[in-house]
Amino acid sequence: MGWLSLAIWTPIAFGVICLLLGREGQQNLVRWFALVGSLVALAVTVPVVSGFRAGTAAMQFVERYNWVDRFHIHYHLGVDGLSMWFVPLTAFITVIVVISAWEVITDRVHQYMGAFLILSGLMVGVFSSLDGILFYTFFEATLIPMYLIIGIWGGPNKIYAAFKFFLYTLLGSLLTLVALIYLYIASNGSFDIATWHQLKLGGTAQTLIFFAFLAAFAVKVPMWPVHTWLPDVHVEAPTGGSAVLAAIMLKLGAYGFLRFSLPIAPDAAREWAWLMITFSIVAVVYVGLVAMVQKDMKKLVAYSSVAHMGFVTLGFFIFNDLGMAGGIVQMIAHGFVSAAMFLSIGVLYDRVHSRDIAAYGGVVNKMPRFAAFALLFAMANCGLPGTAGFVGEWMVILAAVKFNFWIGLLSATALIFGAAYTLWMYKRVYLGPVGNHHVEELTDINGREFLIMALLAVATLYMGLYPKPFTDVMDASVANLLQHVAQSKLR
Amino acid sequence: MESFGWATLYPEILLLIAACVILLVDLRVTDRNRTLTYALSLLAIGAASLIAGMQAASGVTSYGFSNMVASDPMGNWLKCFAGVAMMVTLVYGRPYAADREMTRGGELFTLGMFALLGMFVMISGNNFLVIYLGLELLTLSSYALVALRRDNGIATEAAMKYFVLGAMASGFLLYGMSMLYGATGSLDIGEVIKAVSTGNIRHQVLVFGLVFIVAGLAFKLGVAPFHMWVPDVYQGAPTAVTLIIGGASKLAAFAMVMRLLVEGLLPLAFDWQQMLAVMAVVSLVVGNFAAIAQSNFKRLLAYSTISQMGFVLLGLMSGVVNGNAAAAFNAYSSAMFYVVTYVLTTLAAFGVILMLAKEGYESEEISDLAGLGRRSPLAAVVLSVCMFSMAGLPPLVGFYAKLAVLQALITTGLPLYIGMAVFAVVLSLIGAFYYIRVVKVMYFDAPTQPTPALAPVDVRLVLAVNGALVLGLGILPSGLMKLCADAILNSLGS
Repeated sequence: MGWLSLAIWTPIAFGVICLLLGREGQQNLVRWFALVGSLVALAVTVPVVSGFRAGTAAMQFVERYNWVDRFHIHYHLGVDGLSMWFVPLTAFITVIVVISAWEVITDRVHQYMGAFLILSGLMVGVFSSLDGILFYTFFEATLIPMYLIIGIWGGPNKIYAAFKFFLYTLLGSLLTLVALIYLYIASNGSFDIATWHQLKLGGTAQTLIFFAFLAAFAVKVPMWPVHTWLPDVHVEAPTGGSAVLAAIMLKLGAYGFLRFSLPIAPDAAREWAWLMITFSIVAVVYVGLVAMVQKDMKKLVAYSSVAHMGFVTLGFFIFNDLGMAGGIVQMIAHGFVSAAMFLSIGVLYDRVHSRDIAAYGGVVNKMPRFAAFALLFAMANCGLPGTAGFVGEWMVILAAVKFNFWIGLLSATALIFGAAYTLWMYKRVYLGPVGNHHVEELTDINGREFLIMALLAVATLYMGLYPKPFTDVMDASVANLLQHVAQSKLR
Repeated sequence: MESFGWATLYPEILLLIAACVILLVDLRVTDRNRTLTYALSLLAIGAASLIAGMQAASGVTSYGFSNMVASDPMGNWLKCFAGVAMMVTLVYGRPYAADREMTRGGELFTLGMFALLGMFVMISGNNFLVIYLGLELLTLSSYALVALRRDNGIATEAAMKYFVLGAMASGFLLYGMSMLYGATGSLDIGEVIKAVSTGNIRHQVLVFGLVFIVAGLAFKLGVAPFHMWVPDVYQGAPTAVTLIIGGASKLAAFAMVMRLLVEGLLPLAFDWQQMLAVMAVVSLVVGNFAAIAQSNFKRLLAYSTISQMGFVLLGLMSGVVNGNAAAAFNAYSSAMFYVVTYVLTTLAAFGVILMLAKEGYESEEISDLAGLGRRSPLAAVVLSVCMFSMAGLPPLVGFYAKLAVLQALITTGLPLYIGMAVFAVVLSLIGAFYYIRVVKVMYFDAPTQPTPALAPVDVRLVLAVNGALVLGLGILPSGLMKLCADAILNSLGS
């Protein structure tokens, strides 16, 4: 069994055992077991990182077995420079989420831990699939645990949010299924993604396939204008659910663009790039403005996620090396930063049970250590140099300016808006005199919360100060992809 | 004597003898749970299914009784699965029936066996009259089974509806068959297809007969616009009987469609495929939209059945494209896979309802399922797995069933068919809503009823295996898919 299979099935196996351990009075056992499971799952991704050879665009850690002979579906795994970092990222975020839920979740702990562990394995599966149906299976399967997480441990309006999440993302994916089957037939009976990359397709077919994939991935990313589900879901989801959703699940959509839309339908991608760039800029500018007027902290960070993901899609569709690499770096960085932002809000919510900015004020007076971490993460969200948030945004803006000055200018406004809404929120919540008696009674973060904040802070700073390991890995694959997209596939 | 070919009917003979014996043995049984009758029935049905399975696994097609009975792999596998489905139905249904005074005289078991016998005859019939004979045996037993709860007004009403509409549909079918007999001069399916392919018979006469046959088949399958009986009968009948009608019978109905339309009237495919297309579209619409408004879980499952059978029709109608039957095996094996996995999922879903129904209340409303995740984890997990499978979500088996049918549609390459595939997919989304709403009620809502008492161990065991199969076949569907593909290939190739 290869390392990728282990990375997928280890957390799933631990998750299933967690589910079976469900009895009252065994909650502590479940928590420790889940922690051990998530750490083991992280440990098995280490060989993937250390054994990865940069400088080649070929797939590594490849495993291929016959799965469903009737339709030539294979259990085909592999990672390249585009997808490699998401495997450890997923495992890392899972560890963080398990620790963050330690005292917070007291109801049905075994199901909570089980759901997150299984979800973690499924997401690793999405990033490492090289077969269309295998990708689709993992992609859709992630909906089930996430639906249950939102619906069982969510906020007051959780039912609406859970249904909206499930049905919105399902609709897009179902259209993608039709596209996958069409490609199967057009390639004479193959679901192999690499085969599809080489497949010659006519203009209409490419356009239809591009839009079918767009339906699924645009909703997942989420791109403007199909982003409305994200704020609703983030507000209602439990802290861990929001963290996983923002850090990893959104990246599933962006990864889909890289693995499917661009290489399979390059002519359509080039033809419709203007549309994607427009949507991305609107997301960056308009949604940035929307974020500024939010009164709910989680909603604000949700809209800020949409704006950051706008950078990612912008980077992909301007078709140059720096932009695409910047988009992928932004995906990884946003993983750390958004998880950190949501966990910070979670820390406050666990104490005061309110997400309203107005319910806070002067938190720094009572929780100085926490406020320090929160400041770091807020700065990373703005894109301060030295933090992870800067690297990706800088690369994309540079690439955008090279592409078209005005696009670059508009995208650079993200830095302004980002600073505006994040720092204004930080000021209203953390700075100034103590706002009300809720804040008066706050206690600073305990050891467990300090641990997760510290881990994320280290990751954010490391990536911000020394992003080379991240960018080195993706150079060859990005160059390969762009070269592929530049060639026309029309017959 | 040589032309009899008794071996082709071993399962049926066994069932008939066993049913008669059990009917007599039951006279001596006195306990309410009818343990001896139950055990003997399971034994008999199991043996019959085993024989059918062994015959199927041999891959040999043989004919018996002067070509009136066909023993081919497709038929034998369907018989085997129908037998297993009936066994599972009896396992789930016995506690339910015992609580409701339905087991007096052991009729549940014997009528169930006769119904199964009817299914077997239907599945392996190669002659219009034999198929009709099997159909009538099945439906007459079903009418009696639906009415088994004599003191319940709703059940009696459902029985009346089923009987009247069913008799009419059987009449349609018989009329169509007689038209074709008149046109082709033979009742034998092999002879009919030869006569039709010569092209000497007037097309109008053939189509006239075909329309009535399709109408009768549509009723049995439960597709729109012949679906009116489905919600009322599913809801009104005692749940154990609903499972007989909605589970194993679907396999028999599918076999009947295959025998009559595909093996008997393939040259007319252009005509009946159009009819199936219209019925499929209407079924998908009616089934999916009507199910949203349902508050009774059995009724919801009834409407979902209508839409699922619409999907089966989508598979059946993609066989012959522009007169070319190359894609036929692909299409028909997809439809067969869909029906088999659908029956598996239905068994588990109704099994959960049966497990929850206790003396006194029926536990049929969706709201009765509230908080099931806490009250009965096994039932909740199995039902969630079934709901997600019916919605077509990977990694459950329902996804592969839908994938197979969609693939059959898109392979044809015709824009209309691809459009129908997109349409089916969009309607699946609507379907997903009411399926996940059931999951929502089970896991997100607080319990409103006390924790149910533990069901008998055989029910729980079979339910767990059933649910595990829905998940397991979703992760590893290859075996069952290959089985269906080979069965269709061997049966139609001859």
